[in-house]
Amino acid sequence: MNKLIIIIVGFLLPALGFAAGGGASFPNDDITIDWDDKVSMQRGARTFVNYCMGCHEASYSRYNRVGADLEIDDVQVIENLIFTTDKYGSKTKVGALMTNTMSLDYAAEAFGVSPPDLSLIARSRGVDWLYNYLRGFYVDESRPFGMNNGVFDKVGMPHALADLQGYQVPKMAMRADSNGEMQNIIVGFDIVKPGTLSKTEYDQTIHDLVGFLDYVSEPYRQTRHNVGTGVLIFLFLFLILAYFLKKEFWKDIH
Amino acid sequence: MSNDNPNKGLLGWVDERFPLTKLWEEHISKYYAPKNFNFWYFFGSLNLLVLILQIVTGIFLTMHYKPDGAQAFISVEHIMRDVDWGWLIRYLHSTGASAFFIVVYLHMFRGLMYGSYQKPRELIWVFGMFIFLALMAEAFMGYLLPWGQMSFWGAQVIISLFSAIPIVGDDLTLWIRGDFVISDATLNRFFALHVIAVPLVLIMLVVMHIIALHEVGSNNPEGIEIKKHKDVNGVPLDGIPFHPYYTVKDIVGVVCFLILFCAVVFFMPEMGGYFLEHANFIPANPFKTPEHIAPVWYFTPFYAILRAVPHKLSGVLAMFGAIAVLFVLPWIDRGKVHSIRYRANSFKWLLAMLVISFIGLGYLGALPPTEVRTFFARVFSLGYFAFFLGIWWISKNEKTKPVPERIL
Repeated sequence: MNKLIIIIVGFLLPALGFAAGGGASFPNDDITIDWDDKVSMQRGARTFVNYCMGCHEASYSRYNRVGADLEIDDVQVIENLIFTTDKYGSKTKVGALMTNTMSLDYAAEAFGVSPPDLSLIARSRGVDWLYNYLRGFYVDESRPFGMNNGVFDKVGMPHALADLQGYQVPKMAMRADSNGEMQNIIVGFDIVKPGTLSKTEYDQTIHDLVGFLDYVSEPYRQTRHNVGTGVLIFLFLFLILAYFLKKEFWKDIH
Repeated sequence: MSNDNPNKGLLGWVDERFPLTKLWEEHISKYYAPKNFNFWYFFGSLNLLVLILQIVTGIFLTMHYKPDGAQAFISVEHIMRDVDWGWLIRYLHSTGASAFFIVVYLHMFRGLMYGSYQKPRELIWVFGMFIFLALMAEAFMGYLLPWGQMSFWGAQVIISLFSAIPIVGDDLTLWIRGDFVISDATLNRFFALHVIAVPLVLIMLVVMHIIALHEVGSNNPEGIEIKKHKDVNGVPLDGIPFHPYYTVKDIVGVVCFLILFCAVVFFMPEMGGYFLEHANFIPANPFKTPEHIAPVWYFTPFYAILRAVPHKLSGVLAMFGAIAVLFVLPWIDRGKVHSIRYRANSFKWLLAMLVISFIGLGYLGALPPTEVRTFFARVFSLGYFAFFLGIWWISKNEKTKPVPERIL
């Protein structure tokens, strides 16, 4: 049987090689989200409600759930995170879903596509992609909003965070792509009009925002890990008992 | 039977009206199983465990899920976020689906290794294949229910395969969908089939599978019939009662399985996009085709066979043929010796080729096709079918090793 496994693995190793590759996309950095850093996620939530929620929603998520998970009390949530009103014109309740008042039809007309709900965006796109995408906007006069993106070419979204990041233009260079062909691709950005934040500050702001999006995509993730640890410890202890029970019963079988 | 009933009290009362003790003895406490079951024999009881897990978690999901094109996706997220422990129930169910196939594939591989499909166990194998078929239908229809992009487009691709059938194809796909595209009508009928029709069939088939097994008795890694050698009471000399011996042994298997299963449920429920595909976190959008449509991993071997054939109808036939040929395996294999331990080396090589082909196909079926991959998919497809041809060929005059009379 071991021989069989070795044969199978040996056969599949070369196959793994052709899984690699991918198109040119810049920036191309990886980030790690620290779920224990609630302060970072709180800042991300602030950026989200101030800069994203005008057009996007997190309509599967509730304000007070965010508050409870990120250690923000209800009063602070109401004062700092809720800027919308309900259908009666009074301020949106703290237990409400994180929606906005822009209709999908209006949004589709304004942007060409309706802005996607962001509740699950970190699970469909991944945190690295989001981190790069939100730092990848550059000036491109050929686009309707005058902006393009190094990660998402011809994107319909305007650069909502331009005030913070400033405006940047791409540095181009010839590089070989995954097929070995030379391509003119983006290798960096030059700021042409600075924003209110430095590059480091802006990167941190995006890191916080992506952290919040990661949280909101699966708010119960830490509970999942905590419960899972307990369950596995229980199962390992149970395994010991089960093993000796089996051994005891099977003593007389030869 | 009522007169010689040894039990008194409530059990005796029940036994006079219902064969409770008789059933217990026949199927559990006096069902004699060979004493030499190894690792591979855990997967039968694990299948039963996963079936029950899927039914129980499924019932709880149904309490909150809404089979409605406008609400299905939202209701799943509602379960994940607003229902107490909803995330756990949903992940148990979604991971359970993949676990079911892992366990079923290993269970089938055991059958291949030890000749558990051979005479007199042909019907056990055939019932098992029907279970496999029902399970694939169950999983396929269940995957539409979260109503994500991959749910929608996966179903679109698979259902459109039926349009390759001459003459009736287009009408047939229309009839299956209940609409010209996958729609609310499709979602509703798939829900009905997924939660009622197919589970009923599955449970019935599992009962038949087990009744047939207990009628002829279990095979074992030696491939010897333990019923050939019995003591004066008619108990097989190499058999031991299923309970308590195999119940306590299966508990160990169950716990080991649960450790792996829970590691996935609690720490990697997406399994890198194989158990829950990333694109399925985007609501179904009939106007936006995803860049790459891949079925869930357990269908990819058959999907790869489909794509390997250049002609659509032939591809569909090859794909269904790959499943159909398994049904007739008991008659393709003309060998008299059951276990791989005593079969010719050619059998071992053929089985290795099948495993490599199947895993290779599964790997390729998950990726977008390229020239190199299509070439390999064709090689593996040939390897898959060559197994059956090879078995038929070699089993006629197979050079087997001598099989012992008794289990040592």
